[in-house]
Amino acid sequence: MKRVAVLEYGMGNVRSMFNALEKLAAAPTLTADADKLSGFDAIVLPGVGAFGQGMENLRARGLDAAIVDCAKAGMPILGVCLGMQMLLETSTEFGAHEGLGLVPGGVEKLAPASARLPHIGWNTVLEPHPGRWPGTPLRAYAGEEVYFIHSFAAVPANAQHVLAEAEYDGVRFCAAIGRENIVGMQFHPEKSRAGGLSLLGAFLEL
Amino acid sequence: MLARRIIPCLDVKDGRVVKGINFVGLRDAGDPVECAARYSEGGADEICFLDITASHDERRTLFELVERTARAIAVPLTVGGGVRERRDVHDLLHAGADKVSTNSGAVANPSFVAEASRAYGSQAIVVAIDAKRVSAPGEPTRFSVFTHGGRRDTGLDAIEWAKRVVDLGAGEILLTSMDRDGTRDGYDIELTRAVVDAVSVPVIASGGVGNEAHIRDGFLLAGADAALAASIFHDGQHTVAEVKHYLLAAGVRVRPPEESDGPGPEGAAS
Repeated sequence: MKRVAVLEYGMGNVRSMFNALEKLAAAPTLTADADKLSGFDAIVLPGVGAFGQGMENLRARGLDAAIVDCAKAGMPILGVCLGMQMLLETSTEFGAHEGLGLVPGGVEKLAPASARLPHIGWNTVLEPHPGRWPGTPLRAYAGEEVYFIHSFAAVPANAQHVLAEAEYDGVRFCAAIGRENIVGMQFHPEKSRAGGLSLLGAFLEL
Repeated sequence: MLARRIIPCLDVKDGRVVKGINFVGLRDAGDPVECAARYSEGGADEICFLDITASHDERRTLFELVERTARAIAVPLTVGGGVRERRDVHDLLHAGADKVSTNSGAVANPSFVAEASRAYGSQAIVVAIDAKRVSAPGEPTRFSVFTHGGRRDTGLDAIEWAKRVVDLGAGEILLTSMDRDGTRDGYDIELTRAVVDAVSVPVIASGGVGNEAHIRDGFLLAGADAALAASIFHDGQHTVAEVKHYLLAAGVRVRPPEESDGPGPEGAAS
């Protein structure tokens, strides 16, 4: 059974992620203990909220450096929503902020032509090009709608790191990122019914 | 493409789901955790959980109930009732809510909306507006904002208030017509359209759904992004799946009801 650290750092709903992992028969632990991270099999970085506050909370607990160390050691890391965004280098949400820098690129506000922000609700995701998903957690994706709730989205510097895209009001944006053992999902797999759980399950098999 | 959302609402009082007419005359409609689980399995896109006594009694939402409800469902949960400070937002999100809704708290202290959205993101902060038609016949239509479960007229204009809270950082408006709430006469299309046109965030229509056509009208006539309803689901008049089949046939894009929402995702078992 995979021991999964679900990072609890004061940024919203970590409980739903914990519940979802339990349903998948993983062994999740809610933790903010930077010293213990290297003892897990995988790290899930959930989070909703503002980028700057999220990074501040990670730094205050020493989690930023610990996550980077684990990532460099090859441990599977999954960032969800804000957690995905913080995997990148920078964000422009409420000023300029530095992220964890595990995936080159930044985070920018969505720019829908006419529709509303935040982008809230159920939407499908797309494979950026054929052959991108095999070997990644997205291989488990079967076309179901997944739940999004965000106004900002990742803009990876390297197109190869775009794992999935979604479309909102005519604008395509990055819905998932992937770089070796590092995965990010802008949508909430833990809140996306059976289809979302399949994606989480596939991450656990990394 | 983004789907329109169907959101069953659980008004909770003393740990039970209740439903009233025009905000009074409450009657029992079941156990909140059971109701939420049933709707989640039946195809609801989100669940809304409002502790309707919280403001009145000056007590905070029952976190334990939120925790159990969040655990029982596989879709997002919005929780409101007695949310008036940052600590309330933190505690509810920690208990398992994905979004929190504030009504009286925002009116009492508008800067709370700014503070909370800054700390937790706009997407986590829903401002609930209970609006009632206060203009006399023949006068230009005017809607006033009420708080404390519909007991207190703030004198605020509902449309102006909606714009203001969005400027402050609200990520969504949950708009309830007090005139229609519990009447089954349909959403107040005029009110809903006015708010939809005035703000740049998603609007959840609420108050008055009596049948599937009312939900269709909320989307197609009023332009709402999400439709909240209580009685038609609680009373077993319609399932969420039935409503969705109706909407799909009427040309409204919704997430199709799943054939089976059984326990095990295939990918997880392999």
